[in-house]
Amino acid sequence: MADPMRIRAQAAGSKINVRVLMSHEMESGQRKDVNGAPIPAWHIQEVSASHNGAEVLSAEWGPGVSKNPYLQFTVKNGKAGDKISVTWKDNKGESRTDEATVS
Amino acid sequence: MKKTTVSLKIFCVISLACVASSGASLAQQADAALQKTLSASFRAEGQAGMDRLLQDEANRLCSQADASGKTVSDEDAERIRQSSFKAIAWPTDGQFFGDFKLGEKLAQDGRGKTWSDKPGSENGGNCYNCHQISKSEISYGTLGPSLYNYGKLRGVSDVNSATAKPVIDYTWGKLWNPRAYNACSSMPRFGHNSLLTQAQLKHLMSLLLDPQSPVNQ
Amino acid sequence: MGVYVFPRMALLMLAVWVSAPALAQKTASDSIAEYRAMLQDGNPADLFEAKGEDLWKQVRGPNKVSLEKCDLGKGSGVVNGAWVEMPRYFADTQQVQDLESRLLTCMETLQGFDAQTIRNTPYGKGEQANITALATWVASLSKGMAFKLPQAHAEEKRLFELGRQLFYYRAGSHDFSCATCHGQDNKRIRLQDLPNLTTNAGSGLGFGAWPAYRVSNGQMWGMQLRLNDCYRQQRFPYAQFGTEAGIALSVFMGVTAQGVETTAPSIRR
Repeated sequence: MADPMRIRAQAAGSKINVRVLMSHEMESGQRKDVNGAPIPAWHIQEVSASHNGAEVLSAEWGPGVSKNPYLQFTVKNGKAGDKISVTWKDNKGESRTDEATVS
Repeated sequence: MKKTTVSLKIFCVISLACVASSGASLAQQADAALQKTLSASFRAEGQAGMDRLLQDEANRLCSQADASGKTVSDEDAERIRQSSFKAIAWPTDGQFFGDFKLGEKLAQDGRGKTWSDKPGSENGGNCYNCHQISKSEISYGTLGPSLYNYGKLRGVSDVNSATAKPVIDYTWGKLWNPRAYNACSSMPRFGHNSLLTQAQLKHLMSLLLDPQSPVNQ
Repeated sequence: MGVYVFPRMALLMLAVWVSAPALAQKTASDSIAEYRAMLQDGNPADLFEAKGEDLWKQVRGPNKVSLEKCDLGKGSGVVNGAWVEMPRYFADTQQVQDLESRLLTCMETLQGFDAQTIRNTPYGKGEQANITALATWVASLSKGMAFKLPQAHAEEKRLFELGRQLFYYRAGSHDFSCATCHGQDNKRIRLQDLPNLTTNAGSGLGFGAWPAYRVSNGQMWGMQLRLNDCYRQQRFPYAQFGTEAGIALSVFMGVTAQGVETTAPSIRR
């Protein structure tokens, strides 16, 4: 089971500012190890976020995104107490979902 | 019943406590304590053996001076400079120069001699870590003075001329062992400590002194 | 009236002319500072903090116990403000210990882990990785507080002086001491600014930043690893985990940083 994401969601007026830190190696597949053998690609391919169950963001990520990626986005029309959920899926088929309550 | 007596001499050899009992100075006691900590805190790894922790006289005097906030005495400084200068090995073929392009590569290379470096691999000069050298390289350190226009500022237009000789000799000597000129120089002793080969030093000489080198443009 | 106004205008124009080139050209250091500021939000150290908090509360090891009764110097289980008073003397081990070696003591005595195995485990692997996460979390609960290492005990005083001597100890193939790089103001190695660890402000800045997340290799480093890597680059042999030399240096730096607020866990190049 992959390490949990850190999600911070704060209400600002009628908007919600969401900041997510994901724990992932994000190996691009371009690097080689000390013996010259290529290190296999292992990175997040899909990210989605939902607000009170409704999808508000979906993204496709490639090998260019760095290790332990940081994602920041704003949700329109939300308030404190709402639920924000973020999910990622990687190229090995692993997946992780974490939730936060808007403060 | 036979009593086994351990002579004080043997006891002294193996016991650090003896240092205090034999009336050693505070400085010697401090040094012994430091050495004890060092042997217990480090281990040999890769090409870095425990002998790396030993200090020669120059390092010992300079470290003590730093720790006490003073400079080494004039006497000690002169002695360090003289012994360093006497030990300089001048080019065996009398040629001081090589290729400044290879010199630039060496100046950029900071590898070698660490416990994670392959033993026997060639070392770099580490130069840009501390010095500005050519104008185009902006990633340079400020621990040492700028070497930009090194040869030009010293009026070296022909490296084979008689007027250039003192500068040539000084530069080689400085690279070989900076302590020959500055007793407690922070700069590594590239020749004296076998960090760079004569061939490598010649490339660095060209980098600094060849009028065609980017350093002197 | 015209004569009165003109010099002032000229002065103003001169001031604008002189400052314009400076404004137009950002130094390399400025750009790096900007880049670092951008990275502050979303410091991956947060991930290690979260992991460390979980590890503190989790029942683990042969004794199946959590670390919640670990004494970091301010009493059993007290974590808030503990880090800014370390390294310090501990009566139960009769040693001055830093955070990482103290965490290992608790893992050994409370949870039953084998300390020697963990000491010999490479950084970033196995239980060493867990110590780093724990240290990150503990440090975060002192963030913004001022350093106030105790210097009452004879051992604390001894280690301060030992650390000071070590700081100036030149050796290795390159004759480097800590002071070679960290003994002066306003110096840098390549483009990396070097804090002067002999001054209050410099040491506060330097010592107070670790544990830190290193962007260049995506790793979380505690002070033990930071010192180990400094020594590696000084061409010294391998500085072992939790040994006296590293702890003494931390005492020297921490006491020198007295009163300065910490920024750890921070983010670094």
